[in-house]
Amino acid sequence: MSSNNGLKIFTTPFNSGNPITVLVLGICSALAVTVKLQPAFVMAISVTVVTGFSNLIISFLRNTIPNSIRIIVQLLVIATLVILVNEVLKAYVYDVSKQLSVYVGLIITNCILMGRLEAFALGNRPIPSFVDGIANGMGYGIILIIVAFFRELLGSGTLFGIRIIPESWYVANGGFYLDNGLIILPPMALIMLGCIIWIHRSVNQDLQEK
Amino acid sequence: MENFINIFIQSIFIDNMIFAYFLGMCSYLAVSKSVKTANGLGIAVTFVLLITVPVNYLLNRFVLSEGSLAWASQSLGGIDLNFLSFIVFIAVIAWIVQVVEMVVEKFAPALYNQLGIFLPLIAVNCAIMGASLFMQQRVGDVYHSFGDILAFASGSGIGWWLAIVGIAAIREKMKYSNVPKPLRGLGISFMVTGLMAIAFMSFMGIKLIN
Repeated sequence: MSSNNGLKIFTTPFNSGNPITVLVLGICSALAVTVKLQPAFVMAISVTVVTGFSNLIISFLRNTIPNSIRIIVQLLVIATLVILVNEVLKAYVYDVSKQLSVYVGLIITNCILMGRLEAFALGNRPIPSFVDGIANGMGYGIILIIVAFFRELLGSGTLFGIRIIPESWYVANGGFYLDNGLIILPPMALIMLGCIIWIHRSVNQDLQEK
Repeated sequence: MENFINIFIQSIFIDNMIFAYFLGMCSYLAVSKSVKTANGLGIAVTFVLLITVPVNYLLNRFVLSEGSLAWASQSLGGIDLNFLSFIVFIAVIAWIVQVVEMVVEKFAPALYNQLGIFLPLIAVNCAIMGASLFMQQRVGDVYHSFGDILAFASGSGIGWWLAIVGIAAIREKMKYSNVPKPLRGLGISFMVTGLMAIAFMSFMGIKLIN
């Protein structure tokens, strides 16, 4: 692979081929873990690891998997990787893994994984597949982090648990400021993602539908 | 019986798969362009949920959770196979979807023609996997009997069905409205889903029978 091509594989998922805002993959878990930055960050890393390595493994196996059972093989590879990730999270960041609850398990059914395996890893050599997996995981992660940044800042006044908006501003301490309680509820995640798509498509006009 | 009704109503309206947990968003957005196909997918999801969640419950109860193998032999009583649950659940789901597809094709060709294309999609629908994972998380805590599990499975399925038919109807109407260009398609669907989720929040706290 030429380095130019490799760079293209790496950069597409951040812009015109973003898994969430353009391809509509992997939204299921993207919204639920974005109340705070820390779980969003951990989720982004977990998904990047799983996409990268599942792409790599399936790409190595691509000539030996019979076509008729490829879906189940892919699911088993993904499920094994997710079990590993889950055990690591439980061992090292137990609190975050409690917050993520079922959404770690749901990485298995995250459409980004199957989508990239079907669309890329089955027809390409291992190294480009690995790069494609990592880049797609990061393209997914960046949206998660953007949404979580605004939701944590406006909803709790903190970033990564560190207070940004001073305590003395709050009404309870005689100030003028209140956290926006609505923004930490589920509906605002959807509306915020809608806004991100709006901005993204205003800039990239060729992505607009119809 | 009272618990049964409460769980059923709660899974439809309050813990709605789409509006509260964002599960199954990928197919929810992809297949909601017309009410007819949305209806077909909704029926299929409800149907598959009603089979997979009880089967996974039995597996969890008698094989996977800690000490659950004691029924087979005393010496197996100390085994905890919980870490295997992801891979077992996804295998069960993929297998049941395949069996359901074959059975429906054989005995109800008319239904198969309606559901046919959606059934394979369901294996990677986050709502199906999510329901099994929620079941595992809440069992013994919120759900105490097999009936509770059935109520949860049917309620979640019907809630998902309700949501996808609702968004499909709105999107059909929206063809005639003047949506800003960058928002067309995906963006506005997110925002409408967000507004629907806000509407569903008004059900919060409902308890039919105490």
